[in-house]
Amino acid sequence: MKLPIIGAAALVAVLIVAAGPLTAQSPPQDDSEKEIERYRQMLSDPFSNPGFLAVDRGEVLWAEKRGTKGVSLEGCDLGEGAGKLEGAFAKLPRYFADADKVMDTEQRLLWCMDKLQGLDTKEVVLRRFSGPARASDMEDLVAFIANKSSEMTIQPQLSHPKEKEMAAVGEALFYTRGGVNDFSCATCHAEEGKRIRLQGLPNLSVKGKTAQETMGSWPTYRVSQSALRTMQHRLWDCYRQQRWPVPEYGSEALTALTVFLQKQAEGGEIKVPSIKR
Amino acid sequence: MIKVLIPLTALLLAAGSANAQERPAQAVIDAYIKSTFGKASAEWQARIKPDDSLSVCNVTRNNPSSAQSDEMLKRESARVTYPADGKFLGDWKKGYQVANNGRGGQFSDPAGTVAGGNCFACHQLDPKEVSYGTLGPSLAAYGKDRKYDPETIKDAYTKIYNSMAVVPCSNMPRFGVNKVLDEQQIKDVMAYLFDPESPVNK
Repeated sequence: MKLPIIGAAALVAVLIVAAGPLTAQSPPQDDSEKEIERYRQMLSDPFSNPGFLAVDRGEVLWAEKRGTKGVSLEGCDLGEGAGKLEGAFAKLPRYFADADKVMDTEQRLLWCMDKLQGLDTKEVVLRRFSGPARASDMEDLVAFIANKSSEMTIQPQLSHPKEKEMAAVGEALFYTRGGVNDFSCATCHAEEGKRIRLQGLPNLSVKGKTAQETMGSWPTYRVSQSALRTMQHRLWDCYRQQRWPVPEYGSEALTALTVFLQKQAEGGEIKVPSIKR
Repeated sequence: MIKVLIPLTALLLAAGSANAQERPAQAVIDAYIKSTFGKASAEWQARIKPDDSLSVCNVTRNNPSSAQSDEMLKRESARVTYPADGKFLGDWKKGYQVANNGRGGQFSDPAGTVAGGNCFACHQLDPKEVSYGTLGPSLAAYGKDRKYDPETIKDAYTKIYNSMAVVPCSNMPRFGVNKVLDEQQIKDVMAYLFDPESPVNK
């Protein structure tokens, strides 16, 4: 048992020595950034990513006959045709004529549960975010569906007038300040290379690599929460930290923001579920 | 004069409508906000109703015109309340607690949570603290670098109490105006910045 500890100590010593000459010439945050990057790399090993357990659970849920109508979700049209999963997530959110609405993955799933399965979605929404001894059908289903678009590119859908409106409103919301601290999304996500404490902040105000890597890595397994989390949870948590009121799950402003962010991330590679801090 | 004014007005109108095409009507944006936040209590709703200054910041993306900036500085300056006892500096040790506390104002906070200033989230303060953010400038040696000048001390109080009385559409919270921090907490943070014994100035 002692050997790994000694090994780790030796490694730390080597790292300190290696970091030594750097400290003299670079500000302290550079060292912090390096440590964080090293931690990130340790986390990104796909074979140890518990997010894939959520994918497996989602696959079972997708095929399970449920609700008053006793059917599975296999007849659900996620935009590419009933039951067609490959590439569907890469084009969500998008406009659905049957609902006359732009929907993200979660909104569409709830719609299918309600209309197709006759399932009590209130109960499903109560469990929208998993916790200790509380499984989330939504997280598992999104993990499964999103994984079917893994290694594809983000293709924002912006041809329908309602999709265009969503993107424009999402952009305006990104810059809308409020709450006791006057915070908007842009307060933290509109400049390059900024941090809160030691946490790096992606600049999502411009199109390109940072936005692509950010949007291409959700849903993700959050190690700190021991849970698979979706973009709905990410935005819920952002608004919490922004000191805004609780956002309604699967509601218009969240989908508008998602459309805007997908637009910023256009062409990015989807690699999901990813694993994050 | 009239001939000159007409094309100018036309230009301004054209610029205005081009802008409106990019940014949807406020009523459309508000409908989305209502759909997502409409079930929150009246108190919470009030927190996301922008005041005159924030409305300008939202529309201009924090780049108000010079006329808007002048108005904002005037309006926000009038909202600053200075300590009745004329003292700006409290206890730097308590000020550190306020600067280090990120709680308050979140829907996950239990009722009665004492809010902090969360200064370290965005600023370097004590140079020995490695966990600090970079959204705001470094404030290490803040008082020392300014030779503890009384005018600078008053300006810093103004900035913490109401950042927009100093910088229009500043990203920094308006701690006093929005009642995030009370007068004593602001005085304590001030001491953390300006007391020669504070680690910030060591």
